[in-house]
Amino acid sequence: MARKILEEYMNRKYDADIKPKPALNMIKDKTAIVGIGETKFTRGSGRDEMDMACEAIKKAADDAGIKLEDIDGLETFTLDRTAMPFIVSTLGLKNLRFASEVSFGGGAACAVTLHAAAIVATGVAKNVVCYRSLNESSGHKFGRGDGYAKYMLTAPTPHYGYTFPMGFCTPLSWAGAWGRRWMHEFNVSYEQIGWWAVVLREYANKNPLALFHNKPMTHEDYMNVQMIVEPLRLFDCCVDTDGACAHIVTTAERAKDLKQKPVYILGAGQSAPIEQEIQTVYNRPTIAGLFETWYAAHEAYRVAGVEGKDIDVAELYDPYSLGGIMSLEECDFCERGDAGNFIEGGDNIRVDGKMPTNTSGGLLSEAYIHGFNLVNEGVRQLRGTSYNQVKDPELCMVTAGPGVPSSAMVLRN
Amino acid sequence: MTIQYTDKPIPHPALWGIIYRSSTPFWEGIKEKKLLIQKCKDCGKILHPPRPMCPGCHSTECEHIEASGKGTIYSYTTYSKSPHKSFKAPYSVVLVELDEGPRLISNMVDVKPEDIEIGMPVEVAFDKIDDDLTLYKFKKAG
Repeated sequence: MARKILEEYMNRKYDADIKPKPALNMIKDKTAIVGIGETKFTRGSGRDEMDMACEAIKKAADDAGIKLEDIDGLETFTLDRTAMPFIVSTLGLKNLRFASEVSFGGGAACAVTLHAAAIVATGVAKNVVCYRSLNESSGHKFGRGDGYAKYMLTAPTPHYGYTFPMGFCTPLSWAGAWGRRWMHEFNVSYEQIGWWAVVLREYANKNPLALFHNKPMTHEDYMNVQMIVEPLRLFDCCVDTDGACAHIVTTAERAKDLKQKPVYILGAGQSAPIEQEIQTVYNRPTIAGLFETWYAAHEAYRVAGVEGKDIDVAELYDPYSLGGIMSLEECDFCERGDAGNFIEGGDNIRVDGKMPTNTSGGLLSEAYIHGFNLVNEGVRQLRGTSYNQVKDPELCMVTAGPGVPSSAMVLRN
Repeated sequence: MTIQYTDKPIPHPALWGIIYRSSTPFWEGIKEKKLLIQKCKDCGKILHPPRPMCPGCHSTECEHIEASGKGTIYSYTTYSKSPHKSFKAPYSVVLVELDEGPRLISNMVDVKPEDIEIGMPVEVAFDKIDDDLTLYKFKKAG
């Protein structure tokens, strides 16, 4: 079994025979994102997460042109410090008939939208709000070892016991271990991976929403900045952010009568391939790749009926540069092992390049709202309202956190 | 160089053996300075990390074999800044592929971060931290 899955992954042949036929998929093109909202992104909000969540949701409803009382579904992440009852009472939601949370941290980034779409497509609720609110900068930091160590007492993942006592206790180091292997197997240089951070910073410099707006950074700056966990430097890390993002999902039919140009959910999927752990996924046949991202992306493609070459713009989950860079391979935007060459010099991922990627500045340079700012940027691209607008994009790929049970979706304008 | 600890307790799960019972034989083995690896009694598949059922044949019968302790470095990473109050930076973490197949996260004993290489042959060395915790480390083989 493991060998078959490895062959499927290594040969990049996603076996569709055992999966439900796309024609039976009830969300395909049946739902749309009709409103987006976000708070200001800061390094110290001075507010709580519930406060910020309510603001982002109100803005998304205003953007869509729907009344808050018409919202009848709420969907968010676990590891959350908002309280749904508080949000219901604060926003005055009168008709809630669906509420749910998706687990696995950043791996939920597209799954939240997928679940909302499934609920809307099956008629359980009409207008579902997806939201994420974090005080990652001033409050609990998911990227720090101390924060994770506290979880050990309740052990959301039993496997941390094999790594924490060795001082191996942060997401950046977990990525460093598979990233190092990937760089070793495919002969990728430090200089090459630096271009990811540089191009994303260029995007952020033109995006007034971004935390790193008007803060230029050159490739030389990148090479001179300190290593945090070799092979990853400070500028390879996402930016700890306080803020919230929200988007509203409704049916494709209802979307036509609303204020904004609808952005349709063409296909989406979750994944949890063999030997799944929470980021410490080192007992797979190979670790020089992101299994979860490959599976989720190809499930989204399969449902959508499209391929990597059809995508016009990509918003790839990059909690650290390598997460985004390796996702370029997993989404078929370049050959396996070639992402280092693909991003060298930066042109391929710039706005007029082969695959414009993370056009808001991504999690490295715009904000880290667990991937929800990537969804909002994907919507802006397909509406034609991005600060780094790609010319007439039709399809946008969005991915979620690597190394954990993950998710991906294809959006269409 | 070996990883340097501070006087703060090293994080390890208080609930080992309670919510994750499959892990108990592995850690009991470590206390006795043995690397015990779970193996399916029916199909012979090596199972690591330990689990209650073989994902290949779905047998719940397993045994534990003592690994040779020999392997090679499959990957590694080096912390320049300490992520946790228990550990003094700089230090390296290695991913060792045992000859029997499983990969284990560990630290090197008496090897500087800059001397660590993928493919380096290593062998296990045990480090008794306190009465409750012994850890498996690796040293350069040969």
